[in-house]
Amino acid sequence: MTIKGKAYIAGIFEHPTRKADDKSLAQLHAESARGALEDAGLTRKDVDGYFCAGDAPGLGALSMADYMGLKLRHMDTTETGGSSYVIHVAHAAEAIAASKCDVALITLAGRPRAEGMATGTAPRNYGVTTPDVPFEMSYGPVVVNQYAMAAMRHMHQYGTTGAQLAWIKVAASHHAQHNPHAMLRDVVTVQDVLDSPMISDPLHRLDCCVISDGGGAIVVVKPEIARSLSRPKVRVLGAGEAPKHQMGGKVDITYTGAVWSGPAAFAEAGVTPADIKYVSIYDSFTITVLITLEDLGFCAKGQGGKFVSDGNLISGTGKLPFNTDGGGLCNNHPANRGGLTKVVEAVRQLRGEAHPNVQVKNCNVALAHGTGGSLGSRHGSATVIMERE
Amino acid sequence: MSQAERKIPAPPVNIEIQPYFDAASQGRLLVKRCTACGEFHHYPRAICPFCGKDATEWREASGKGTIYSYSVMRRVPAPYALAYVTLEEGVTMMTNIVDCDLDAIRIGQAVRVVFKPTEGGPPVPMFTPA
Repeated sequence: MTIKGKAYIAGIFEHPTRKADDKSLAQLHAESARGALEDAGLTRKDVDGYFCAGDAPGLGALSMADYMGLKLRHMDTTETGGSSYVIHVAHAAEAIAASKCDVALITLAGRPRAEGMATGTAPRNYGVTTPDVPFEMSYGPVVVNQYAMAAMRHMHQYGTTGAQLAWIKVAASHHAQHNPHAMLRDVVTVQDVLDSPMISDPLHRLDCCVISDGGGAIVVVKPEIARSLSRPKVRVLGAGEAPKHQMGGKVDITYTGAVWSGPAAFAEAGVTPADIKYVSIYDSFTITVLITLEDLGFCAKGQGGKFVSDGNLISGTGKLPFNTDGGGLCNNHPANRGGLTKVVEAVRQLRGEAHPNVQVKNCNVALAHGTGGSLGSRHGSATVIMERE
Repeated sequence: MSQAERKIPAPPVNIEIQPYFDAASQGRLLVKRCTACGEFHHYPRAICPFCGKDATEWREASGKGTIYSYSVMRRVPAPYALAYVTLEEGVTMMTNIVDCDLDAIRIGQAVRVVFKPTEGGPPVPMFTPA
């Protein structure tokens, strides 16, 4: 069975808040859900499948179905960190293809800013029963220094430079200047990135994504329903997912699970990297983008630094426009989980609804990729390829 | 080096991995090897992650290795070096590089194990330039 053409993304919503002092977590989920359903031209009553991950409160799908008053016949709470929502799109398509639901709702929300959460420089507590914790937590592995180790090794092995990484931030900032909701709208230069404070060698402050409150939602529907709606039609062509870990101690942090999720998605979609007009690439850090682009086959392994340089990711001038909303690096990283907004901007591009200054011409095929967890230890990779019908 | 000492959290030990930390208390570094497939692995498990057999045994490591990657965490009161060290036995483990100039750490550098006390728990293995 394939999901190719079996499901459509009918509704998207990115919550405009970036600091939600006045809203609860469940409220942010529900507001996002309402936004995506309104975008699709559907209502809460049409939803019969619901997808959420570890950011949802309480018992996840149960708590949120209760809060939103949903009557469901399918639930999926797959949790792979920030990549969860890209997987949810694929799983929603699978569930629709198997007639387990007709209208699947995916939500994400979080308020790390309002809660004053130490995000990138404090350890994440995965609990004492997590098998790796006794062998890692004492050493102070936080988010940023684990990604930094991946960057350090990539530099050592392939000669990647800090200036090359900085180009990724530069491109994101060129896009964010057109997004009124973006947290960071100032265009920056390579030198600005290199001059920003060193957080964890070799990653500077401007190599890191923003910390933001917010949320988002996606509505995936069966073809018959998509055809009854008035929105532009974006169908799911293919998807792939994979965990990448330490492989029993044969550690190699120069590549990601995209080496598996990417080929699976391309094979199912029946397209190649050359067919992709726009990419949303998870950008927790600049290094995340560089390694992922290599692993998805947009350039040869080790050539990512050269590929991203000189504005090659800037819409309108570069060969591969990426994260035209400003991405996690400049726009939004709700709940410290950027996978959902990656899909949202890809759908905007396919619909022709991105900001006119960053809209990719004839954008008929797009790819969204999520990375959840850490490049430096273990993460979930998820790729989805979509097409405008 | 002269900054405030970083407090090292105690590892949450459980029955499956108790021998590793008992040995650490005696200044010995253990790794697990599977008697069925012959592979070393880390972190240690009862079930071999390579062949799935429950035939793993503890072996004492030489304590020598090389730095696979590292990063010096700067934006904290006491900067420290997170690292992966590849042991002579072939497995790569997460650790810290200590008792050295943090700015002089390099990938490929030879290191040897030292044990550092934790806050109310057993000591943990770290590495210093050999």
